[in-house]
Amino acid sequence: MAKRMKAKEDQKIIKLAILAVGGQGGGVLTNWITDVAERNGYLAQATSVAGVAQRTGATIYYVEMCPDTGRRPVFSLAPAQGDIDILIAAELMEAGRAVMRGFVTPDRTTLIASAHRIAAVSEKVEPGDGRADSPTVHRNAREAASRYICFDMEKVAVEAGSVISSSLFGALAGSGALPFPRESYEKTIEASGRGVKASLAAFGRAYDLTVSGARVEEGRPDAAPASKQITVDGPQRLVARWNALAARAEAYPEPVRSMALAGLRKVVDYQDLAYGAEYLDRLDKALAADSAEKSYALGEAAAKHVANAMCYDDILRVADLKTRTARAERIRTEMKVGEANVLQVTEFFHPRVEEFCGTLPARLGRFIENRPGLAHWVDRRINRGRRIRTDSLFGFGALWLIGTLRPWRRSLLRHQVEEAHLERWYALALDTAQRDYALAVEILNCRRLIKGYSDTHVRAHSKFDRVLSGLPLLEGRDDAADWLRRLREAALKDEKGELLDGALKTVETLKAA
Amino acid sequence: MAERSFVKEVQKLRLGAGETFHGEGILAITKALLQCGVGYVGGYQGAPISHLMDVLADAQDILGELGVHFEASASEATATAMLAASVHYPIRGACTFKSAVGLNVASDALANLASGGVTGGALIIVGEDYGEGSSIMQERSHPFAMKSQVWLLDPRPNLPSIVKAVEDGFELSEVSNTPVMLMVRIRSCHVTGSFETKDNKRPEMTVADALENPRRDTNRIVLPPASFLHEKEKVEKRMPAAVDFIRSRQINEFFGPERGKAGIILQGGMYNSVIRALQRIGLADVYGETDVPLYVLNAVYPLIDDEVIDFCEDKESVLIVEEGQPNYLEQAIASMMHKKGVDTRILGKDILPMAGEYTGQVMLDGISAYLRANAPELLAAQVLAPNAPGENTLAADLAKVVPGRPPGFCTGCPERPIFAATKLIEQELGPHHISSDIGCHLFSIMPPFELGATTMGYGLGPASASAFNSPDAKRRSISFVGDGGFWHNGLTSSIGNAVFNENDGVIVVVDNFYSAATGGQDILSSRADNPTKSTKHPITDAVKGMGVKWVRHIDRTYDVTKVRAALREALTTKEKGPKVIVASSECMLNRQRREKPLTAKAISGGERVVKPRFGVDEDVCTGDHACMRLSGCPSLSVKKLDDPLRDDPVASIDHTCVGCGNCGEVADAAVLCPSFYRADVVHNPGWWDRFTDRVRRGVTGFLQSRREKRRLTFADA
Repeated sequence: MAKRMKAKEDQKIIKLAILAVGGQGGGVLTNWITDVAERNGYLAQATSVAGVAQRTGATIYYVEMCPDTGRRPVFSLAPAQGDIDILIAAELMEAGRAVMRGFVTPDRTTLIASAHRIAAVSEKVEPGDGRADSPTVHRNAREAASRYICFDMEKVAVEAGSVISSSLFGALAGSGALPFPRESYEKTIEASGRGVKASLAAFGRAYDLTVSGARVEEGRPDAAPASKQITVDGPQRLVARWNALAARAEAYPEPVRSMALAGLRKVVDYQDLAYGAEYLDRLDKALAADSAEKSYALGEAAAKHVANAMCYDDILRVADLKTRTARAERIRTEMKVGEANVLQVTEFFHPRVEEFCGTLPARLGRFIENRPGLAHWVDRRINRGRRIRTDSLFGFGALWLIGTLRPWRRSLLRHQVEEAHLERWYALALDTAQRDYALAVEILNCRRLIKGYSDTHVRAHSKFDRVLSGLPLLEGRDDAADWLRRLREAALKDEKGELLDGALKTVETLKAA
Repeated sequence: MAERSFVKEVQKLRLGAGETFHGEGILAITKALLQCGVGYVGGYQGAPISHLMDVLADAQDILGELGVHFEASASEATATAMLAASVHYPIRGACTFKSAVGLNVASDALANLASGGVTGGALIIVGEDYGEGSSIMQERSHPFAMKSQVWLLDPRPNLPSIVKAVEDGFELSEVSNTPVMLMVRIRSCHVTGSFETKDNKRPEMTVADALENPRRDTNRIVLPPASFLHEKEKVEKRMPAAVDFIRSRQINEFFGPERGKAGIILQGGMYNSVIRALQRIGLADVYGETDVPLYVLNAVYPLIDDEVIDFCEDKESVLIVEEGQPNYLEQAIASMMHKKGVDTRILGKDILPMAGEYTGQVMLDGISAYLRANAPELLAAQVLAPNAPGENTLAADLAKVVPGRPPGFCTGCPERPIFAATKLIEQELGPHHISSDIGCHLFSIMPPFELGATTMGYGLGPASASAFNSPDAKRRSISFVGDGGFWHNGLTSSIGNAVFNENDGVIVVVDNFYSAATGGQDILSSRADNPTKSTKHPITDAVKGMGVKWVRHIDRTYDVTKVRAALREALTTKEKGPKVIVASSECMLNRQRREKPLTAKAISGGERVVKPRFGVDEDVCTGDHACMRLSGCPSLSVKKLDDPLRDDPVASIDHTCVGCGNCGEVADAAVLCPSFYRADVVHNPGWWDRFTDRVRRGVTGFLQSRREKRRLTFADA
C-alpha cells in the first residue's frame, strides 16, 4: 500500500488551548473563540472539564477548528503534547505549566500569556518569601514557543473596567495567529451583549499592545529600586534638623547610603529626630568595621535591619499609622470611594495583657508582669476582640489619644525590652565582625526572622533564638556564614520550624565530624 | 437555583423535524430523550452530568407540556429505583448520574432492576468521571454492566452519535427487556456540535396513565423462584436478543480498509483520540478516512462474537484500545480467539498503559509503537525511525518553579472559617482524628488547613469515624459531612448510626444551602423558594428527629470565635452520644450570583446600599503570612512592597474580595495582628449618613492636621 501523508494534503485543523485559574472566566473566552471561528466560516468544537476542578484550581479549555467544507471533520476532545498551535495562558505560572506539560513547542506554538500573577496557596503560606520565580518562566516560555506574547493583560482589563477574557481575546486577535479580521472579533464581543463597551476597550488596548510588540520587562520586577527621592514637610526647625541628619547619611558610601536614607526616614517617622541620630550613631559602628573591598555588606545589612529593629511594632505605632491623613486617603482611593459615597472603616484589635503592660511605664509594667495572678486578672479584663470604627469620633479619638503617647515611648516597658534585645544582637554581630565578617553580616540578616504580633511574634523570636543557637557550633568554620544563612532560610520556610530543626541537627553533626 | 442557568438554551429543545440543533452534549442528550417519547426522567447531580440535571430542571415547562415527569432524585439509588416504573408499564424512563461513584450507590437498585427486567425502555446515562479533571476514585463503570448483565453503550463522542445512542438505547432496552447504560465521558458532556432534530414525541403511556391502571406480575419480582428464572432468562433470552439487535442495527461501526495485517478495536468513546493519533502519523485525514482498519464498539457490552472474529481473523494482530483497568475487552476478545482457534495476536495493555487516561500523547506513542512493530510498511520513514523526542528539558527547570494549583475554597467561601476554627481548636486541644466527606469541604485536606484523614463516600464522613468510639480514649473524633451528603445518605448511615451506637464523636454538618460542589442545585434544607420542589427543611430538626440530644446551630459560619467555642464545647462536654454542630452560611458563589444583580440594581435605583470589602494596612503588616495559613482565600495574597527595608512580601487583598469577614474574624480569634480593616462603602447615603460623615471628617481632619503640622511628614517624590 502506498504510504500517504494525508494530513499534508488536507485541510489543517487549528488547535487552541486555554490554561486558566478557575474563576478567571475561561468559559467566556472559549465561547468567544468558537463564535469568531464560526463567523469566519469555520467549524469549531470546544471542550472543557466542568466540576470542582474549576474551584480556584488550574483548568484547561480546548478548541479545535477548521474551514467548513461541508464535511464533518474528526476533532479531538483534549489537547495533546506537541500538537498545539495557539496556547493562551491567563496567568504567568499557567504559561509555565503549559510549557511543562509539553503544550508549547518551538515548531508551531504561539504562546499568549498574561504576565500577572495569582499566587498559589503554597506561595502564600511560607513565613518568608515563597513566591515563584517569574523570570524562569519567561526564559523557558520564550525558548519553548515559536512566538511569545506576554504582558500584563489583567491590568489592561481592570483599567478598562473589564475582565481578562477581553484582553486575552484582544491579544489573540492582535497576534494574527488565527486568520480572522479584527472586526469579526469585535462583532463577537458585541453579540455577547454584556459589558460590551468595557470589553471592547480592553480588547482594543490589548490588540494594540500586541501589534506594537509590547513585552514584559526582562529584569526582576522586584529588584531593589534605585534610591528614591523623598519629600519632607513640616516645621522649618525640624526640616533643618532632618536635612542635617540626611546629609550625614548622604555621606555614606553606596549601597549603605540609599539603605540608610530609607532607614533614617523610617525611624524618624516612627519616633523623632533624636531617634534618627541614634540610628546613625549605631550605623557608624558597623561602618567602622567595614570596607569597600567587602562592598560594605555589613553596613548595608546594619542600615536595613537596625532600622527595622528600632521600629518594632507596638500599639503606639499602629494607632499612629491608622490615624494619619495619608492612610485615610489611601483607603478612599483603593476602595474607589467617591464624594457621593460615605466610607466606614472597622479595625480589628485583640489586645492582651502583654500589649497592655508593654504600653505602661517600665516599672509599672514589670510590676504587673512579675505577678502572674495580677497579670491574669488584668488579662481577663482586656483579652478580647475589639472592633473599632475609625470613622467614628470615639474610635478615632481612642487611637489618636494612644498616638499622643509617642513622646514617652522611650520610657515604656516594651521599648526597654526591645532595646535590650537590639543591643545584644547588634553587639554580637559587631563583635563577630572582628573575627568573621561574613558571619556578622548573616547575624544581622537574622533580624528578618522577627515579625508578627502576639503569638506569631513570640514564635518568630523563638525561631530567631534557635537559629542563633547554632552559632557556637559554627564559629571558626570557613563556611559558618553559609550555614547560618541556610538555617535562616530553613526557618523562613515553614511555620512550625520543622525544616529549621532538621537543619540544626545537620549543624550538630558538622561539629561531631 | 443552580450555578448555571439553561433557561435560554432549553428553548432549543423545542426544535422540530428537519431543523438543526447547535449546542452542548448535555442539551443534545435531553433533546434526544424527548424525541424518543420518554415518560419520566430523574437523576442525581455530579460532574460531568450536573448540567444535564440543570438542563432538565430548567426545561420543566417543556417536559410538562409533553407529560414527562421530572424527578430530582435524592440519590443515585433513588434515581435507579425510579426506573421500576418501566418494569410493568411500557413507559420509557431515563435517569442520569456521575460514575463510577453513582453506580456504586445505585448498584442495589440496578441489580434488582436488571434481574426482573423491564417492559418499557430504561436508560441510565452515566457520566464517566475519569482522567484529568476527575474528582473521584479512578474506576470503570464497565464491570457494573457485566455483573448485573445490563448493556453498555459507549458512543463516539460527537452529537449525532450520542443522539443516535439514546434512540438505539431505548429500542435495545425494549427488545431485550434489559436496562441499558449509556456512558458519556467527561468531555463529551460539554462538547459542542450540531445534529438534525426530529419532532418531540409525547410518551405513549404517561406515569399518570400507569397510576390510573396499575399492573403487576409476580414473575418480574426479585424473589425465588422468579429470581432463578431471571438469571436463566438473562442468558437464554435477553442477551441473544441484545446481540441480534446490535448486529442487525449495526450499532458497532467499521472504518478503513476491509482487510489488512493490523487493525484496531476500540471503545466508541476513544474514536476521536485514535483518529487524531492516526492523523498525526499520516494514516488518516481530517475527516477520519483511515488506512488502518478500525472496529468501533459503540456497544461495549455485550460483544458480538462473530463480528469480532470476522474482524480479527484475517489479521496478524489487533490492538485493543480500552481506557481504564482491568482490561475486560482485551480479556474477552483474547478468550474468543482462543476458543475459536484463531491465531491473531491480541495486543492491548502490553503496548498501552494499564492505568491512567489515554491522552493524545499516550495514543500517539501506543499506536505508533503498535504499527512500527506490526505493520511497518504503512508508515512513513520519519514515523518508522522518529528522531529521539528527547526529554522536555524545560520541564525539569520549570518543575522547581511552577507551583501546583489544586482546587480550593472560593473567595468568601463560608466553609473556610469552619476549618480556620478547627485548625485553631487543634492548636488549643491538640490534633484529633478527623474524617472528611465528599463535597467542597473536602478541600480542607489541602494546604493551608491540612485537616482530614479519610474520605469514604458521600454522606459517610461520620460513618467512617464510627470505629473511633472508645471509653479508653480521652480524645474524640471529629467528622465532617456536607448538607448534600447529609441528605443523600448521611442522615441514616452517619447520624442514625452514631445515635444507635452511642458514638461519642463530634459531627460537623457543613450547611451551605445548596448541593454546592455539583453546581448549586437545591436540596431539602435549601433556603430558596423552589417552584417545583419542597425546600426549607432544617437539618437541625432532622438531626433531633434522629435522636441526637446535643445539637448546636451556628447560623453564621464566619464567626470563627463562635465556631471554635462550639467545637471546644463539643470536644470537652461530659455529655454522652454524638455531638452535632450544624454550621450554616450560604455558598458565596451562589450568593454572589443571586445578590450581585440585585445590589447593582439597588445602587442604580438610588437605594442605600452598604458594600463591604477588606483591606490590609501594608505598613502595619509585617509579612509573616499567619493570616494566609488560616485562609487560602484567592483574594488574600502576597505583594512585594517598593521598600528596600522589607525583605518579605506583605498581605494584600485585591478587588475580588467580597467582604465575607473571614480575615477580620480570624485576625481576632487567632490574635494575629491589627493590619486588617473592613471598609464599608455606603452607596446613596441618606442625610444622616452625610451629616455624621461631615461632622466626623471635620473633627478627625482637624486632629490629623494638628498632629501632622507639628511633625515631619514624608512622601515619595
